[in-house]
Amino acid sequence: MHTETHAITVTVNGTPYRRSVEARTLLSDFLRHDLLLAGTHIGCEHGVCGACTVIFDGLAVRSCLMFAAQADGHSIVTVEGLAADRHHLHPLQQAMRDCHGLQCGYCTPGILMTMKAFLDETPAPDEARIREALSGNLCRCTGYQHIVDAVKLAADRMRG
Amino acid sequence: MVTRNFGAPIRRNEDSRLLSGQALFVDDVELPGMLYAAFLRSNVAHAVIRSIDVSAARARGGVVAVYTAADLGDYWAPGPLLVPPPPIPGITFNQRTQVPLAKHKVRHVGEPLVVVLAQSRYLAEDALADIAVELDPLPAVTDLEQALSDASARVHDDVHGNVAARVRQSRGSYAAARAAADHVISRRFRYDHGASSPIETRGIVASWDARADQLTVWDTTQAPVFLRNGLAAMLGLSERQVRAIAPFVGGGFGPKIMLFYPEEVVVPWAAKKLNRPVKWIEDRLEHFFATTQERGQTHDAEIALTRDGRILGIRDVFLHDTGAYNPYGLTVPINSQCTLLGPYVVPSYDSTFTAVFTNKPIVTPYRGAGRQHGVFVVERLIDIAAHDLKLDRAEIRRRNFIPPDAFPYNNEIIYQDFAPLSYDSGNYGPILDKALEMIGYEHFLKEEQPHLRAQGHHVGVGLACYVEGTGIGPYEGAKVQVQANGKVSVATGIGTQGQGHFTSFAQIVADQLGVDVRDIDVVTGDTDQFYWGAGTFASRGAVVAGNAVNEAAKVVRRKILKLAAEHFECAEDDLEIAEGAVSVVGVPGQAIKLGALALKANPMRGAVRPGTEPGLESTQYFGPPGGATASGAHAMIVEVDPQTFMVKLRKYVIVHDCGTVINPLILSGQIHGGVAQGIGNAFYEQLVFDEDGQLLNASLADYLLPTALEVPHMEVAHTETPSPLNPLGIKGAGEAGAIPVGPAFAQAVEDALGLPDRGIELNEIPLSPNRLFELAGKLR
Ligand code: FES
Ligand code: FES
Repeated sequence: MHTETHAITVTVNGTPYRRSVEARTLLSDFLRHDLLLAGTHIGCEHGVCGACTVIFDGLAVRSCLMFAAQADGHSIVTVEGLAADRHHLHPLQQAMRDCHGLQCGYCTPGILMTMKAFLDETPAPDEARIREALSGNLCRCTGYQHIVDAVKLAADRMRG
Repeated sequence: MVTRNFGAPIRRNEDSRLLSGQALFVDDVELPGMLYAAFLRSNVAHAVIRSIDVSAARARGGVVAVYTAADLGDYWAPGPLLVPPPPIPGITFNQRTQVPLAKHKVRHVGEPLVVVLAQSRYLAEDALADIAVELDPLPAVTDLEQALSDASARVHDDVHGNVAARVRQSRGSYAAARAAADHVISRRFRYDHGASSPIETRGIVASWDARADQLTVWDTTQAPVFLRNGLAAMLGLSERQVRAIAPFVGGGFGPKIMLFYPEEVVVPWAAKKLNRPVKWIEDRLEHFFATTQERGQTHDAEIALTRDGRILGIRDVFLHDTGAYNPYGLTVPINSQCTLLGPYVVPSYDSTFTAVFTNKPIVTPYRGAGRQHGVFVVERLIDIAAHDLKLDRAEIRRRNFIPPDAFPYNNEIIYQDFAPLSYDSGNYGPILDKALEMIGYEHFLKEEQPHLRAQGHHVGVGLACYVEGTGIGPYEGAKVQVQANGKVSVATGIGTQGQGHFTSFAQIVADQLGVDVRDIDVVTGDTDQFYWGAGTFASRGAVVAGNAVNEAAKVVRRKILKLAAEHFECAEDDLEIAEGAVSVVGVPGQAIKLGALALKANPMRGAVRPGTEPGLESTQYFGPPGGATASGAHAMIVEVDPQTFMVKLRKYVIVHDCGTVINPLILSGQIHGGVAQGIGNAFYEQLVFDEDGQLLNASLADYLLPTALEVPHMEVAHTETPSPLNPLGIKGAGEAGAIPVGPAFAQAVEDALGLPDRGIELNEIPLSPNRLFELAGKLR
């Protein structure tokens, strides 16, 4: 099979990467397996579960629905870029821990990225807005209640 | 011992790793030279295999190997029977377990035929298109009643009538109860339970180290020890040559306890044969066929009562769909049979089920594991009785509860753990009362509902009670060890899929050893860290492994005190352990850190007394004499849109009794998650198969999981009846949330639409808006 490749430059969590990728390589696979940023998870590869969500030029997008080649020249933040390290968590991460907003933690990176983009736009959301913003991310473990609590708490803390 | 951690809502140790994207899941394992497996799966449900031609696939660039059943040679064998049938007299059981790659016949859509190993997953999947398979389709067996007829095709040629099993259990004389009854109700109930759908699908990575003669397997399993033992046996290795690791696992809910999945048989074999690491990660489409699921049962049930609503007896005859194979034995239908009895005194019971082979994916336990089906039947029968006898729905339940002084209460039938179904302890009245109070039952019925109805709102209340057998044997073990740096390590053989074991086990140890929870490092699911164990199933992790952890920590505590007493030349009673050190009470400065004591326990020079064990460590095992029975009640208020039949949950309350509570935060998370799955089950999760055995909704866009908009805010409360069967008094809580949602939902929707007075009953689950529209018809 003829496999076309593209040379791309993409900035992930502030670091520029130059790579050659096959045209068909999904952005999710590129992040996970080429750049070894495995914090971005894969739940469905058809755009429903939201586990693969990353922030792409400031917007939350599903990395399983994009090709790596489309990221050429763009800037991406993944869960690994949310905080400096695991001992200095982002307020959203800290609130998730404080409220027990995760169980298996598999959906969590996608939820953090979706909520990060949401809170950037909506710093003072009520519960209904949070639930709506969260409704594109599936979590099979928590029943969402503690995630909603965490987002509320994070919003309060981030507003200071 | 000052209890500070046990019972406290402590934040989880494992979270910072998970939150920062640093937790290792199976698909995160990257090894040099790794190959990627892809499976060609049957696209028909039932067929004879004529031929398979893999030559073109083998010739494709990047493909390293392609194997069919024939290539497996003597390695090809049906999988093990995980749970043999319980010792019930007169039982019929036909064992037919799944095979690694289909040989003569395919028996369900998605059954694997060929494996391709290639340099990338993309190339492996490309090569699947090169394979030519000729299948002669046979009629698919999909309907349970038709499957039993002589005219039906047979899933297994030698199993007449597709009967996988037939089991009858009874107590007392139902015939006598019926004859004595004032009122008898018989109905047909259908209960469908769907796919567990963890957000992480299944996967396995296997790596053979030829220099060390050692196989390492990372697997999304709930039972790493069984996986290791089975792989060793299959591959002709000793157990010590196989290391099975269940790293972070992205949700399990039951189907990840099942083994051996075909991929778990084929991938390690290929890794060894090719001497290269092999990875296989299930995609979401495969998950709908290749991972086990639960499905429907049809019950013909009858209840005999006195005029004042006391149950005299229940008879139930039901069919259970077990799919194409039955590797998990009878666990699911036995759970349905046993859990039907609920928290009620049922003096006579006569229950017979037939498990039926069909050309559909395999059925094994999914959270609740058949308990939902039984609870639905008994709760609905009681609701119908309440309506017929003009009794309040709560009152009729109360009248039939097993009284608190009747425990241990023996139901005189055999449970899934082969022991008699006996409830260890419970107190059901206060649970129901509390749930009624929290939902505002009286107020709702007397004031709110009439008021809202007058405004045109179709609102109703539903409630359901249940018991859940949890924490069954055989046993688990744990090793607790004080490290030289003062931290404590805890290792146990169970796997963990989000239940918070890294924290709850640490809480148990923290109290025994006076160490901060954050300084306790729990390892689960690595057979090189802990050798023995059974697995995480039947809501047993906290109960069985938790008690083993406690026992081991107690021994370590004794060792610490003994050694410190020698060190300080004082009596053990003069010592206290706190903040990671042992000190002599009332003598400032007389203290030694646990890490330093651990070093002393492992001297490098000098003589030690014979019989001395080095280190501050202990390995202990715990096996409960029987399962601990948790219980609870759920209540909800719903509003139904009379145009669209969309149901909105306006209020949801749960009262749960799972004995003593290790961590209320983790517990409420377990309950919330269970209820969310119960809501999906009650409302719209259904695997829709057509008559050819094709699944029509195999994607998350079509098989709908509840989102944050469908799952309401829940209020959880607890009552506490400790289990007498284990020193910590714990009962399991993993499945409870999911169990009673269906009947409470059906009852609430009936109430909202005033259906009982119109002679309409909702005797099936799920109740999607479409189905409700069909059943309830247009409202006037
Ligand atoms: S993996 Fe991308 S949305 Fe599910
Ligand atoms: S925490 Fe497991 S899927 Fe969300």
